[in-house]
Amino acid sequence: MSAAGTATRTQRAPVGTPPAGSLPRLLAGVSEDGGRVSVTRHFSVHGGLPLTGARRSWGRREHPPLIEETHRAGLRGRGGAAFPLARKLLAVAAARGPAVVVANGTEGEPASEKDAMLMELAPHLVLDGLVAAAEALGAREALIATCELDEDATDSMALAVEERDAAGIAPHHAPSLRVVTAPGHYVAGQETALVSYLDGGPALPTFTPPLPFERGVGRRPTLVSNVETLAHLALVARHGAGWFRALGTPASTGSTLVTLAGPVARPGVYEIALGSSLESLARAAGGTTREVRGALIGGYAGAFVPAESLRGLALSDEHLAAHGGRMGSGVVALLSSDCCPVAETARVARWMAEQSSGQCGPCVNGLDALAGEIEAVARGRATDGRLEQLSATVARRGACGHPDGVVSLVGSALEAFPSAFAHHARGGPCDRCASVPELPLPAGRVASPRSRTRRARR
Amino acid sequence: MSRRVRVNPIACEAHGMCAELLPERITLDEWGYPVVDEKPVSGEELAHAKRAAQACPTFALLLERPR
Repeated sequence: MSAAGTATRTQRAPVGTPPAGSLPRLLAGVSEDGGRVSVTRHFSVHGGLPLTGARRSWGRREHPPLIEETHRAGLRGRGGAAFPLARKLLAVAAARGPAVVVANGTEGEPASEKDAMLMELAPHLVLDGLVAAAEALGAREALIATCELDEDATDSMALAVEERDAAGIAPHHAPSLRVVTAPGHYVAGQETALVSYLDGGPALPTFTPPLPFERGVGRRPTLVSNVETLAHLALVARHGAGWFRALGTPASTGSTLVTLAGPVARPGVYEIALGSSLESLARAAGGTTREVRGALIGGYAGAFVPAESLRGLALSDEHLAAHGGRMGSGVVALLSSDCCPVAETARVARWMAEQSSGQCGPCVNGLDALAGEIEAVARGRATDGRLEQLSATVARRGACGHPDGVVSLVGSALEAFPSAFAHHARGGPCDRCASVPELPLPAGRVASPRSRTRRARR
Repeated sequence: MSRRVRVNPIACEAHGMCAELLPERITLDEWGYPVVDEKPVSGEELAHAKRAAQACPTFALLLERPR
C-alpha cells in the first residue's frame, strides 16, 4: 500500500460541522503519518451519526429522510458504475421483505487502492454509512465484503466492528455487522457475483434479472454499495445535501478518492473535489518525474487519454465523456513517454481476457481473440479491421459488463494513440515495447476464475 | 402482444438450434454463439421464436416482455 495523502494539506480542528468547501472529508482525522482512525477519534472528528430511530412505515409517496437527502446530495456510486445511490436505496426500499445491506470493498481493479486504503484508515466512516443505509431500509443484517488479498483492510474492518461492540456504540436497533472476505479475481466484486458468493455460491456473475435489489443475499432485497460511496453517505447523514454539494460540479457532486499511479513524485491515494484538474492532482503528488505520454483513467474498464488532452483536463464524468472516459473506480494511471501504449494495451487486454469468469461464450472467446489481435498488432501482424470487428462482436453479449469494459479500453487506446498503433501494424515492435511495464497488474497472485468453467475454443 | 428475444449467455452452449429455427433474427458468431436482433417480435414470427426457445437444449433462449 502506498502512502496516503490528500489533495489539500489542510488539517482542521474537529469542531461541529466541518467547512463545506474544504478537503479532506473522508480522510479527515487521518494523521500525517497515515495512522488509522480509531473509534474514539472517529466520533470526536466527525461527531455522532444522527439516526432517526427504527423504521416507521413510510407512505406510498414518502421516503426515509436519508434517501431524500441522498437524492438532493446527488451522491453517485464510487465503485465504477456511478449509479445514483438514492435510486438504489429506493429500489431496495420498494422491494418486498426485510433487506440486507452489503458494503462492497472487494476492489478487484488491479490499479485501484483507494477502497483498501479507506477501509484501512477510516473504517468507521464505512461502518457509519452501512449502519445509516441499514436504518433507512430497516435492514437487520449488514455485511462488509473485503478482498482476501487485502489483509490490512480486512483486519481494520474486523477491528472496527470489535471496537464498536466493546465501546457499546451499537444502538439496540442497529444491524448486526459481519466482515466477509471474497476471492481476489477481477469479476468477484461485480455485484451479482458478490451476492452469489455471500450466499455460498461461486464468486461469479449471474444472469439478470433478478438484480440484487429484487433478490439478493438469502433471496432478500439487497443493497450492494461500494465502501467509499457508503463513507460519503455517512457524511451526508451528518451534514446534509447542501454541505455535500459544496464540493464538486452540479453533475458530479462531492469529493472522491482517486488512486494516482505512474511517474509522479508521490503516487498513492488522494481525495479530490470532483471536477478539479488533473494538473492540481499531479501537483499535490509532487509533480511529474518524467514526460507523460497519456493516462488511463477510470480503471481497466476505463479509457486512455492522450497527453495533448490532459492539459486542463477536469476529473469528472461530464468532462471525461468528451474523451470516451469516466471516473469509474477513480484510477488515474499516468503513462510515461518511456512506455509503449500498444504493448501496455496488449498486456492489460490479455490479463482482462484471463479474468473472464469463463461463463459466457462471447466473452471467453471474444476477449481471448481481442487480446490476441492486439498482440498481433504489436508484432506487426495485424489483420485489417479485425480489432473493430471483434469489438463489435463482443460488446453487450456477456451476462455482466466485463467484455464491454475491455472493448471500451481497446477502443480508447486506438483513439488515443493512433500513430503508435499504425506504426506497429506496419513495422512491428518499437524500441519501447520491451521497456518496463507501467500499468500495474497483479503478478500472478490472482488466480483466473476460469479453472472450473468454460475454456476458449482456439 | 410482442416479445423480445434474449439469450442467457451463461446457459448458452452454442448448440445453434436457434439460428436454424429463427434465422431472420438470429445469426451465429465465429464461435457458434447466437447474435440476436433484439427488436420485439410478434405475430407469426413470435410463433417461430417460441419454437426456437423450446428447441434450445439448455433453455438459454428467452422471450421477454419488452421493457
